[in-house]
Amino acid sequence: MKVYYLLGLLPFLAILVGTGFVNRMEPFVFGLPFLLFWFFFWTIMSSVIMWIIFKLDPINKQEEETE
Amino acid sequence: MNSAMWIIFGALLVSLLLGIMARRGKDMSMEQWAIGGRGFGSIFVFLLLAGETYSIFTLLGTSGLAYSKGAVGFYLIALTTLGAITSYWLLPPIWRFAKKHNLVSQSEFFAVKYNSPVLGVFVTIVGVVALVPYIVLLFKSMGILVSATSYGAISPTVAIWIGMIALVVYVMISGIHGSAWTSTVKDFLIFFVILFLGIYLPVHYHGSFQHMFETVSAAKEGILTLPDKGMSLSWFISTVAISAFGYFMWPHNAPTIFAAKNARTFRTNAILLPLYAIMILFVYFVGFTAIVQVPGLTGPDGDYALLRLSMKTFDPWFVGIIGATGLLATLVPGSMMLMSAATMLTKNVYGYMFPKAEGANSALIAKSFVIVLSLVCTMMALGENNTLATLYLTSFSLVTQLAPALYCSLMKRNQITKQGAFLGIFFGVGIVLYMTFTKTTMAMLFAGFPQWIQDLNNGVFALVVNIFVMVAVSFVTKKAADAKQVTQYS
Repeated sequence: MKVYYLLGLLPFLAILVGTGFVNRMEPFVFGLPFLLFWFFFWTIMSSVIMWIIFKLDPINKQEEETE
Repeated sequence: MNSAMWIIFGALLVSLLLGIMARRGKDMSMEQWAIGGRGFGSIFVFLLLAGETYSIFTLLGTSGLAYSKGAVGFYLIALTTLGAITSYWLLPPIWRFAKKHNLVSQSEFFAVKYNSPVLGVFVTIVGVVALVPYIVLLFKSMGILVSATSYGAISPTVAIWIGMIALVVYVMISGIHGSAWTSTVKDFLIFFVILFLGIYLPVHYHGSFQHMFETVSAAKEGILTLPDKGMSLSWFISTVAISAFGYFMWPHNAPTIFAAKNARTFRTNAILLPLYAIMILFVYFVGFTAIVQVPGLTGPDGDYALLRLSMKTFDPWFVGIIGATGLLATLVPGSMMLMSAATMLTKNVYGYMFPKAEGANSALIAKSFVIVLSLVCTMMALGENNTLATLYLTSFSLVTQLAPALYCSLMKRNQITKQGAFLGIFFGVGIVLYMTFTKTTMAMLFAGFPQWIQDLNNGVFALVVNIFVMVAVSFVTKKAADAKQVTQYS
């Protein structure tokens, strides 16, 4: 278990817990009602987070995976 | 025939041709037909997984959902994002095990993992049952698509039959190679069509996104947030949670996953797939614009929102492009689902019952299953009066029931026995089916309980019972097995 894997939990916390705190229309961000912006934001963040994990994880540097 | 119909018909011919060309010069054993010989790289697997995920449901069902239910529909972008992340950790061990044991289907995976052919047969049946509402959804979408774009010339009933025949012919001649190429064409088309509609329509009618949302909110107050009762926050979160949990449990995902060249493919896909989910955002824009521009579609008719709005706005030839996109977005996922259902029924159910009959005629048997399954789903689509989104969620609730036993089987020391896995899935699926057919709601089962419990997704209740039964039965059977061993050795 690598510690930076915990980063992958952030989107789950944001969407499964955080949504309870952002169920509102205002303020609009990028023309989106706030609730929709919240999901948009975390979709982008998920990709960024997974990219960071991908780069940190040495398993992706091995040519042929041996496990 | 109007120009829209000609374009849709042309797209069908081109996709059939692509299928024939991809097949030429290749010896099509069943493993070939189904998983293309395990040589697919990251991009190809990405396109296939995206092709399975983004069906015509994205186009019609999602916009229809935003149109009728507003913010409730946001569950789709949320579950896709979370589901995609699991690809990083969940799929590599599945792929590795499948490669080691030369597996081609999901039920074989269960059968080998739990060392129980019976469990494999059962998982096949559950997988096929879970796919039925989804295939019905595809046929219904086809009906909506063809009847709308024919400007009323073809009735939905005839349209459903046409759609079914097109899909069966397509599956017969293409197999996964045809799907991969058509999938590529479809992904480009769907990408541009959604992006264009999602930007053009709100801006054309309302000037800007924000102004569009403000107009919508004035027309239907509270539609941009989750309601307090019914499909409330509790429903939303439970739906997203279980769907993300079961995101890769689809039987038709398994051959695609097994077809990958290496495990890194899935880690790359955990980065790519969430980005792709942004497309869903633009489909919402179309649905919301339709609220103001084509009001009055109620119930299942909400699924016509995108097409009605497009027909009001564009010339028939462009409606034809949208229709052609919709057609491909039915053929690709539809062929994947039918093929994996048929392959599984042939290898794991038919092959289990008639072990000697395996081999030469198995491809023929698989193709017969395709036809039978298509006919059953067509019949159901004709008598079906639910929204596309309801069918989609039923499918998801069913397929998610396979998740607990699968996740546990990946652990180093799996404590779950085959009996536990079997009975857990049995009760989970049983509850979903019972609640679906009798139209039992959580509010009926849990009257008097707090509102948030009454609002939970049906699948959650089934999943909790599933896990409970699985653990309890495993505990008992494990003890019995241990006791037996002790007596044997003493």
